[in-house]
Amino acid sequence: MTLLTIDAARSAVQERKTTALALAETHYARIEKENGQIGAYLTLCKERALEQADRMDRMAAEGRPLPPLGGVPVGIKDVMSTRGVRTTAGSKILGHYIPPFDCTAVARLEAAGAVVLGKTNCDEFAMGSSNENSAFHPVHNPRDLTRVPGGSSGGSAAAVAADMAVVALGSDTGGSIRQPASFCGVVGLMPTYGRVSRYGLIAFASSLDHIGPLAKTVKDAAIVLRTIAGRDPMDSTSADLPVPDYVAELEKPVRGLRLGVAKEYFGEGLDDEVRHAVESAIDKLKNLGCEVVPVSLPHTPYAIPTYYLIATAEASANLARYDGVRYSYRASGVKSLSDMYRRSRDEGFGAEVKRRIMLGTYALSAGYYDAYYLKAQKVRTLLARDFEEAFRQVDAIITPTSPTAAFRLGEKSNDPLAMYLADIYTVTADLAGIPGISIPCGQTKEKLPIGLQILGKHFDEAAILRLAHAYEQVA
Amino acid sequence: MKVTEKDVTYVADLANLELSTDERTGMVRDLNSILDYIDRLNQLDTSDVEPMTQVSDRYRVDDSKHGTERFAYAYRDDVVEGLRKSLSQEAALANTPDADGTFFRVPKVIER
Repeated sequence: MTLLTIDAARSAVQERKTTALALAETHYARIEKENGQIGAYLTLCKERALEQADRMDRMAAEGRPLPPLGGVPVGIKDVMSTRGVRTTAGSKILGHYIPPFDCTAVARLEAAGAVVLGKTNCDEFAMGSSNENSAFHPVHNPRDLTRVPGGSSGGSAAAVAADMAVVALGSDTGGSIRQPASFCGVVGLMPTYGRVSRYGLIAFASSLDHIGPLAKTVKDAAIVLRTIAGRDPMDSTSADLPVPDYVAELEKPVRGLRLGVAKEYFGEGLDDEVRHAVESAIDKLKNLGCEVVPVSLPHTPYAIPTYYLIATAEASANLARYDGVRYSYRASGVKSLSDMYRRSRDEGFGAEVKRRIMLGTYALSAGYYDAYYLKAQKVRTLLARDFEEAFRQVDAIITPTSPTAAFRLGEKSNDPLAMYLADIYTVTADLAGIPGISIPCGQTKEKLPIGLQILGKHFDEAAILRLAHAYEQVA
Repeated sequence: MKVTEKDVTYVADLANLELSTDERTGMVRDLNSILDYIDRLNQLDTSDVEPMTQVSDRYRVDDSKHGTERFAYAYRDDVVEGLRKSLSQEAALANTPDADGTFFRVPKVIER
């Protein structure tokens, strides 16, 4: 992975050392050469990219200051709608869907000058932890092609790691930005729920979905967040709170910040090499003047079952709209309305999606609602309270992002439950609505990246970015 | 709670999924395995705990108000095309496999 960052790319274009067109073309050449092996992209939008690049080049030629992402090539996870450009959510049921509108986060990036190269691959409807559930083809980890890039934003993580984009947007519902970031050795930021508008994000679980950046550096993640965050009247769950200058916040000192280390995240199941790398990282932060405080998040063992009830229940409702009528795949030769619904959905959805729809529908059905969905919502309150308690004593919580480094393709795909358990350290943040960042903190003996996760208080992305940036400088 | 084939058929009907026999068998196995694991939630006493229905609750909901007034922050003015222009009919019909220029065409809705 090169160190072509947002600032480096943008200033090169501004100073006419290169052109936005040349930058886009270099990235497309790399995609052409390697996408066959890596599978990061599903769709390229060259016309749109080259038009934007041209716009930026003309601005630079006229000596006008470029916007913050002027000329910077970006990838967009295929769960975000892009007007006029096929958007599939990694599913055959939307295999030919061309949205008539843009996702707000995408529109904000483009207004800031970003050059959207194309749509990155993902697990179908963002359901997965390995990008093996894409209906089209899996994604291979650029660091070791026999291994998964993580999921569900595997395409975005792989694109950044393989220099097929400078930054990418991903989405995170149970860990889908942070975990692939850790497997691919890049930075992945999940903002607080409501920090970034979800308008135009194809919904999986509406109370758990987040949009966020995958980037090569913490500063780049901060630049993207500053660009896409903020109230959007089109998303009533988007917070009406001011957006700090996250980039300016990066350089503030970390001395004196209190870091929580929760024993529940360092127990059984954590790979030794991962544990060692994370403990070394904590030591480095101590050397920078941070205070390490032991904390407890006692309901952590209940997070996965809570997540898989709430997420699947919400998904079963959100995916009911794919009925073959207005924009999704319609089975041929259907004999009745019911036949159309049932066969279109059965043929259009993959196995994991069907499994989750079934689980969610069951959990919400009469007679089971109290025992499952309502119960899960109550445990969610307990999990959120664990964090509230901990954050009375600390400013951030440090954990491994994932219990292991990237596993091999096919290794977990036959056991859905084993795959779900891979999310153990990431789902808690989605359930509590707090922000979290994953940054590279070393590698295994087999040279696989290891991720360090920093969790913060609601709307305190500034603190976790500052800590991540400080660590990045000494890592 | 053990999930049976009858349960799977019932739930598949609710979810409008036409599952094959193989899929049905696989689903019984998978759902049981997952629900078995989920059962551990019953180790927790939640009799005095409120369900977390809104994540945004903590930021903007005005708990001093009642009913929908609590969510006043999420309101928008009732203005035609106040936020953005409506889709044209053409754009709205563009992604359907069968339309007549005005409507989406589907198999007969009322069958008797």
